[in-house]
Amino acid sequence: MIRNLFAAALLAALCAGLITAAIQHFRVTPLILHAETFEGEGGHSHGAEAVAADHEHAEGTADHTHDAVAATEAEPEEWAPADGFERTAYTTLATVLAAAGFALVIGAVSMFAGLPITFANGFLWGIAGFVTFSLAPAYGLAPELPGMPAADLAARQVWWVGTALSTGAACLLLAKTRAGWAFAVAIALVAIPHIIGAPAAPDEPSAVPAHLATEFAAITLGTSLVFWLILGTVFGKLNDVFAARSATVPAGATA
Amino acid sequence: MNTTTTSTGLQSLSISQRIIASSLALLLGLTLLVGTGFAGDFRLHNGAHDTRHAMGFPCH
Repeated sequence: MIRNLFAAALLAALCAGLITAAIQHFRVTPLILHAETFEGEGGHSHGAEAVAADHEHAEGTADHTHDAVAATEAEPEEWAPADGFERTAYTTLATVLAAAGFALVIGAVSMFAGLPITFANGFLWGIAGFVTFSLAPAYGLAPELPGMPAADLAARQVWWVGTALSTGAACLLLAKTRAGWAFAVAIALVAIPHIIGAPAAPDEPSAVPAHLATEFAAITLGTSLVFWLILGTVFGKLNDVFAARSATVPAGATA
Repeated sequence: MNTTTTSTGLQSLSISQRIIASSLALLLGLTLLVGTGFAGDFRLHNGAHDTRHAMGFPCH
C-alpha cells in the first residue's frame, strides 16, 4: 500500500514532469534565453551569475564594494550546463525532480490527512496544488525572467514558502470540513500573506522588454496549471489502479 | 465491504503507519523541492535554473 503510493507519486511525476518539460522547452525556455540577452552588459555568463548573485541586486546600494566584485571575479569559472542539449537535459531533469517533490508532498498530505487521491478527485487535488504552489505565490511574486529587478532572494523564498504553507493549509481545511468557521479561517489563511505583502522589487528600470515579461508570466502560470492537472489526475488514476490490483491479493497479504 | 476498503486503500493503514509513511514521503518530497527550487549551491542552482524560473520559484 505504502509502496503503491510512492510508485503512483513517482510515475505521475514522471508523466507530468516530462509533458511540462516539453511545454517549457518550446514556450518557456525561449523567453528565458531571450531575456538573458538583456541581462548585464552583454557579457553575461550564465555560470558566473550564481556566485555574483548576492551582489547582483546590490549594485545600486552603497555597500557594494569593489572588493566583493574582485573576490567574485577571482573565483574559478563555476559549472553550468552548456546551452543547447545539455541545458535542456538538466532543465528536463530538474522539472521531473521538482514534479516528484510536489507529488510526494501532496501524497504525504493525502496520507496524513486521510484524504485519498483518486481519479474522481485528482482534478481537485491538481487545482489545489496549482493554487497553493503557483497562483498564490505568483499573486505576490510574479513569475520573473532573468534580468528583472527583484527583492532580496532569501526574503522572497521565505514569503514564497509561507504563502504556500498558508494557502495549502486553507485548501486542506476546506477539504476536511465545510463548516462556517472553516471558511472564515481559510479565507484568513489565504489572505494573510498578501496582507503582509511580498518583498517588493526595487523600483529600477529593467532592460527586459515588458511584452516578454507579461508573456512569460502568463505562459508559466498556464503551464503550471497544465502540470498540476496532469499530476493530480494521473496520481489519482494510478492510486485507483494500484488499489484495484491489490484488491485481488488475499486479505492480510501486504501489497 | 471489501470494495470500500480497497478502493480507498488509505483507510486500511493504521495511524502510525500513515504517519511514518507520510513523514517519509514529505521528507523526500521536500528534499527534492529544496534541491531543485531553493538550494543556494551553484551547481544545483545552475542545473535547475530554467526550471526555477519556469515553475515560479524565486531565483537569483
